[in-house]
Amino acid sequence: MKLVAVTSCPTGIAHTYMAAESIEQAAKAAGHTITVETQGAAGADPVPANVIAAADAVIFAADVEVRDRERFAGKPLVIAPVKRAINDGPALIAEAVQAAGTAGAATLAAGAWAAATPAAAGRPAGAAAAGQASPALVTKVDRDAGFGTRLRQWLMTGVSYMIPFVAAGGILIAISFILGGPQVATKVFGGTFHGHTYPAAVTGIESFTVAPVLHAAGYAGLLFLIGKVAFFMLVPVLAGFIAFAMADRMGLVPGFVAGLVATATGAGFLGGLIGGLLAGAIVMALKRPKVPRAFAGIMPVVVIPLVSAAVTGIIMAVAVGRPVAAATSAMTNWLHGLSGTNAAALGLLLGAMMAFDMGGPVNKVAYTFGLASLASGDTKIMAAVMAAGMTPPLACALATVVRKKLFTPAERTAGEAAWLLGLSFITEGAIPFAAGDPLRVIPSLMAGSAATGALSMTFGVTSLAPHGGIWVIGLIGKPGMYAVALAAGIVISAACLLVLKSLRHAARAGSRVSVTSGTSVPVGA
Amino acid sequence: MTTPIITADLVDLSLEADSRQAATRRLARLLADQGRVTDLDGFLADVAAREQQMPTGIEGGIGIPHARSAYVTEPTLAFARSAAGVDFGAADGPAHLIFLIAAPEGGGSEHMTILAALARRLVHASFREALSAAPDAQTVVDIVTKEVLGQ
Repeated sequence: MKLVAVTSCPTGIAHTYMAAESIEQAAKAAGHTITVETQGAAGADPVPANVIAAADAVIFAADVEVRDRERFAGKPLVIAPVKRAINDGPALIAEAVQAAGTAGAATLAAGAWAAATPAAAGRPAGAAAAGQASPALVTKVDRDAGFGTRLRQWLMTGVSYMIPFVAAGGILIAISFILGGPQVATKVFGGTFHGHTYPAAVTGIESFTVAPVLHAAGYAGLLFLIGKVAFFMLVPVLAGFIAFAMADRMGLVPGFVAGLVATATGAGFLGGLIGGLLAGAIVMALKRPKVPRAFAGIMPVVVIPLVSAAVTGIIMAVAVGRPVAAATSAMTNWLHGLSGTNAAALGLLLGAMMAFDMGGPVNKVAYTFGLASLASGDTKIMAAVMAAGMTPPLACALATVVRKKLFTPAERTAGEAAWLLGLSFITEGAIPFAAGDPLRVIPSLMAGSAATGALSMTFGVTSLAPHGGIWVIGLIGKPGMYAVALAAGIVISAACLLVLKSLRHAARAGSRVSVTSGTSVPVGA
Repeated sequence: MTTPIITADLVDLSLEADSRQAATRRLARLLADQGRVTDLDGFLADVAAREQQMPTGIEGGIGIPHARSAYVTEPTLAFARSAAGVDFGAADGPAHLIFLIAAPEGGGSEHMTILAALARRLVHASFREALSAAPDAQTVVDIVTKEVLGQ
């Protein structure tokens, strides 16, 4: 069996090397090959990437943070205090061998990084990783891979952490619609629903009092609000964990800040995605220069989070927030100028906009246009907008069922929730798919939604409700044609998704065979 | 390397100390006497700081107080044997072989490599047994020099 190990200790002159020697001897005695990286005062000689790739398991015998641990992500992992390696090398080797044989369980998942501290030492990392809901959190970030692959791995790490927020928040909102009727949303946030105008029970999800919510909409309203709170974290979590995948724990602060700024400025998940990458890149750059030892201690705790959060936040607010605001008002004006044009063309455009960023600025412009039309009595535009917003999650859900292999386990989980979210007109259900692979997913979803929007307009479907999806079917005019428009868009999007994903899958499989001996693991496997 | 990491003056084969602090102080004084430590108390404070993070005793009767310290001029090993044993916090009892490893702050990696090689030898039972059995200080020096430097 091939093993790799990292040893480290506070001083880096004694235990690091004793542990290395101890496990080397133990591995040799047990007939395994092992490569040990001593992260000590004599300078670390990094284990070559191809050795890591070929390793069956990884041992961290460390009392201080293992540097660049992301290199080992996805490998079965055993973590122990450095002394345990010295005192009982053979036991540690035996554990590593066992971990290697236990498929899926004991790996350094992206999710286990935070838990994989010396505090969690002395047991296989599987125990630490066991709290993670899905094996898909094993997002392998391979340093040696090309930039495109790593980029996708960073995005997938962010997505895998975001999915529970999408599922939990989305399902809560859907349940609140089922329990309290779709007007729950209007009762909580205020507005007009089917001729009734409700005052707002809350000013926003950042600060609310419970009594008015319960008074206006009961516990269904509260569930709705809680679902919205979970959704509020969606973009920050995406951005935070993209940065985390890139720069380890130090990426979390600027990543979350970037995501929060993206949310606050209405930049949506695409803004958060850019923010997360930006935050990760800035931390990676800040980690590079060597600093004096006296200073090194406060770098990860104070200096890097401070500087990176400030820089990321300012760039996000100025370079992303402002253009988004300008583009939003420009698009709104443009749309209003289009009123009276060909109905099908308008449906096509609005549909594509709904699917472009799913809750982001473009989607909001289209949806707000639908609301404005509804307020002025045009119920067809509202129907088209809502249908186009239901298509993306449903198409993703369908695609994951038709060709499971093209999706990661995390995406398949997201697909299960996406059925309900799509039916409830919670377009965010498609974000996990779009964020992980935007260049393929977004155009596919836009194509289907555009078709749905155009068909809905052509058929003359109407909606008296501003939201609610399937739960407001009683307020839909021509529900049969509505279903046809939806089905057409879903099929188109799912087909585009599957074609684009298969092409990539085929290309990837081909290149993998030619480059390595088949040891590399597909992303998220 | 001009200065050997250990000399006979840095070996104490009959150490008597009732605590790891006392044992460390005895060994550190040997370093100070040889001019390898410029400030005994300062160096001991650095060693104590390391010991505080986690006791340096390991199974098999070994204690390895150590530190990187600005008061150290040369990478140095001082060695002591204690018949009664000194508690260094190991689970299986007191340490009979005590290695004080002193590294200069910001020492070059060449120095550190030698200390790393020394640390690696410590986990070998044969090395420990040879040191346990060494009849005199010079034998200890010879064993260390041979095993660590391959000379």
